[in-house]
Amino acid sequence: MPIRDVINRAEAEPVLPDPMLVQPWRVRRLVRETADTFTLELQPQASSGQMRFKPGQFNMLYVFGVGEIPISISGDPAQPRMLLHTTREVGAVTRAMRQLRPGAVVGVRGPFGTAWPIEECEGADVVIVAGGIGLAPLRPALYQILARRDLYGRVVLLYGARTPADILYRRELERWRARFDLEVYATVDRAMSGWRGNVGVVTALIPRAPFDPSSAVALVCGPEVMMRFAVQELLKRGVQPGAIYISMERNMKCGIGLCGHCQLGPAFVCKDGPVMRYDKLADWLQKWEA
Amino acid sequence: MEIKQLEQLLAESDFFKDLDPAYRQMLAGCGRNVVFRPGEYLFQEGEHAREFYLIRKGKVALQIKVPGRGPVILQTVQDGDVVGWAWLVPPYKRQYDACAIELTRAVAFDGVCIRSKCEQDPKLGYEFFKRFAAVMAARLSAMRLQLLDLYANP
Ligand SMILES: Cc1cc2nc3c(=O)[nH]c(=O)nc-3n(C[C@H](O)[C@H](O)[C@H](O)COP(=O)(O)OP(=O)(O)OC[C@H]3O[C@@H](n4cnc5c(N)ncnc54)[C@H](O)[C@@H]3O)c2cc1C
Ligand code: FES
Repeated sequence: MPIRDVINRAEAEPVLPDPMLVQPWRVRRLVRETADTFTLELQPQASSGQMRFKPGQFNMLYVFGVGEIPISISGDPAQPRMLLHTTREVGAVTRAMRQLRPGAVVGVRGPFGTAWPIEECEGADVVIVAGGIGLAPLRPALYQILARRDLYGRVVLLYGARTPADILYRRELERWRARFDLEVYATVDRAMSGWRGNVGVVTALIPRAPFDPSSAVALVCGPEVMMRFAVQELLKRGVQPGAIYISMERNMKCGIGLCGHCQLGPAFVCKDGPVMRYDKLADWLQKWEA
Repeated sequence: MEIKQLEQLLAESDFFKDLDPAYRQMLAGCGRNVVFRPGEYLFQEGEHAREFYLIRKGKVALQIKVPGRGPVILQTVQDGDVVGWAWLVPPYKRQYDACAIELTRAVAFDGVCIRSKCEQDPKLGYEFFKRFAAVMAARLSAMRLQLLDLYANP
């Protein structure tokens, strides 16, 4: 191949950073979302730094000296110089992350994994079903859809949280609810008297949600059992199995399909997921700890 | 006049819409329109269960009083939902409170009236129990999910 062609090709295809190479990002802010959940706002340390990502993808975040974990990107894909990660404190790494202060540096590898099928949603009704922290990986999808709202049919967000105090992105949900071109229904699993919103599981919102099942694409994220039941309700409503997408979680190490830690049946969640089409996964979803 | 209106309402409700129109006419004879203001109870735990409700418009909290914690809401029901089946099963005692949290318009059905019609006509009884069984199965399944407390911190 002539040298000129090689150079042109190199120009046309930007060289991707080594996926094992950790990039330093600086903590700009840590926003407390609920009692156990916070959003980390990161800015690239290098002035030219940025990360282009697709809704649904995740990063491996390294808290130096503690450990590295996969966390979905929860910010706006149109703002590649600002990475948002909404995280629940459950163990050593997430606890250390919660204690980070503005100016601290975090190691970032990514973005990894498959994305929500936003292009496939064009022309269709879009049903987003989120449970608990599952709203975080879906928020970039919603940002992207709302940025080109005219391309989609009805857009419905069904969200379930544990209690009213556990509702994520509360102000943003209220803003979304006030829009005429987005239907937002939230419910909690339990509440004390005085709560005027819905109480009940998120799956109970599916039968009465306003969308056309024959043309709908559903994006579902939450605890695995919740997703199984949500899928059953969507199928009952008449949504096609091939039009239902779910986001899976498994323990991860390399994040790039090398180590096998995240295997789910024949798939590696880090590479073939986390977003997967339900019909391709149905057999494995029913199997305990597949 | 009211019975005709009720028949129409039943024909439009998911719960009754595919029922034989003759049966709907019979059932409409056991119903009456009711309105509850926010904070008003449809019924309370321990009461004798005489009626069940088809909610036309509004929202109702199903709740249980827990000593030291006050009423805990287990579920909310709304437009098109059916509330209360204690009238169907002896000893016909309410197991929880139902309290309107929005202005709620409903049709209240007299349980004794319906039970006697079902006793006389087993096909109507079967149709009726089929519908309530579906509501109960859906509630049971939802309750199981709630019990799992899926969003709790691991
Ligand atoms: C693709 C992907 C995307 C993810 N996105 C997010 C996100 O956006 N926000 C977020 O908060 N978390 C997310 N997670 C989960 C996150 O990676 C784990 O919570 C994290 O690894 C826990 O690390 P730790 O050291 O704090 O806890 P550990 O010490 O590893 O675990 C503490 C406890 O949490 C439990 N636990 C660990 N991982 C999970 C999990 N995935 N689900 C439920 N329980 C778990 C463990 O069983 C243990 O009981 C994602 C996971 C994957 C695979
Ligand atoms: S995390 Fe190593 S293969 Fe997926």
